[in-house]
Amino acid sequence: MREIDVSLVTNAVEELCIKANTELGDDVIAALERAIELEVSPTGKDILKRLLENARIAREQKIPICQDTGYAVVFVEIGQDLHVVGGSLRDAITEGVRQGYEKGYLRKSICHCFSRKNTGDNTPAVIHFDVVPGDKLKIIVAPKGGGSENMSRVTMLTPAVGIEGVKKFVVERVRESGPNPCPPTIIGVGIGGTFEQAAILAKKSLLRPVGEPSIDPEIAKIEQELLEEINKLGIGPQGLGGYVTSLTVHVNMMPCHIASLPVAVNIQCHAARHKEVEL
Amino acid sequence: MQDVVKLTTPLKDEDVEKLRIGTRVLLSGIIYSARDAAHKRLVELIEADEELPFDLKGQVIYYMGPSPPPPGRPIGAAGPTTAYRMDPYAPLLIANGLKGMIGKGTRSDEVKEAIKKYKAVYFAAIGGAGALMSQSILSAEVVAYPELGPEAIRRLEVKDMPLVVANDIYGGDLYIDGVKQYARV
Repeated sequence: MREIDVSLVTNAVEELCIKANTELGDDVIAALERAIELEVSPTGKDILKRLLENARIAREQKIPICQDTGYAVVFVEIGQDLHVVGGSLRDAITEGVRQGYEKGYLRKSICHCFSRKNTGDNTPAVIHFDVVPGDKLKIIVAPKGGGSENMSRVTMLTPAVGIEGVKKFVVERVRESGPNPCPPTIIGVGIGGTFEQAAILAKKSLLRPVGEPSIDPEIAKIEQELLEEINKLGIGPQGLGGYVTSLTVHVNMMPCHIASLPVAVNIQCHAARHKEVEL
Repeated sequence: MQDVVKLTTPLKDEDVEKLRIGTRVLLSGIIYSARDAAHKRLVELIEADEELPFDLKGQVIYYMGPSPPPPGRPIGAAGPTTAYRMDPYAPLLIANGLKGMIGKGTRSDEVKEAIKKYKAVYFAAIGGAGALMSQSILSAEVVAYPELGPEAIRRLEVKDMPLVVANDIYGGDLYIDGVKQYARV
């Protein structure tokens, strides 16, 4: 059985935290460039250009894209033929987050729920483990900012409302969120599964390259229709009015219980930060 | 789009009188950063009639909690945070001389009323552009509540910080008017 030492995991997570927060993905850059062409509001166009400039400054000067460097969300796919040695995998990931946020001059934004006392090192991380075939270890670090996360929701709809009911819930969520999640946004939608699975489906959809449609034509059509409806709302860049409210809508769907229709909307600002490595 | 207006703090009535929603502003001078926790403390001081860590008169507060400064830089990423969380505190600060606020997102009716009544202004900065916004900050110094970490009050020296007027003294609200203009539903 292949073995991997946890110290490699810590180093990898540290580096991913820093890279994710300072290097905006090429997919988002391309989506922002397309958005400038689509946007009719002069203020909106100006904001989109400044977001591109922001990404360039962040990359060149190695400072975060946004001061809210997020909750460190980590997705781990462990090959079932891999043996992790030298300590706890969870502890190794946590240590990587701690070191990454310290060495990368990233903001520590995690606190006690009521006293609001900061934990001081941006831990704990939210870690999702998945066991997959093979002997590799894949780690995705996806820091999530508070502003857009606050606008996200999970709901359990009545099955009778069908696809139109789901679309209405998603569009209303975006409308009610207005300027708060820093538009232009990326809308992650999870349909089906259970209460918590819908949220995970939505969150995982944010990892897909921006603008890449679902491989399922039925879902891809829903994504396109949702994007068109959302971009008619007029919210625009930063909520100051315009055509480009969202850059893309990503939907993940799986079967649900005969009694249920769970839907989750996970809103992501343009800083759709995620970096990954395979060890 | 209107021309760009250059402003220097502290702001006076004449400065805010010429601002209308949608006006682009380049702000220079001294401003202070404060978020939720600092606002709570400032309001408690005013209510107890105690001295504030800085003079509010004509001042501008930036709703911002920066990332730590890398070596050789005054500040890390420094973009605005969502303003509505400061709405319960802002009217009292405005009544005590605060002239300007910088943040992102909509304000409550109470804040908008205070803006009209006491001649203040709310500027929108670009949320998510923390690296860009940091370029207009020349120096930063913690002046109160260092124990709050990113939420401490900082005295910032800024030069040509790019902003847009979102709420003016005439009752204008760019978040309402702008969206109305481009909605197609």
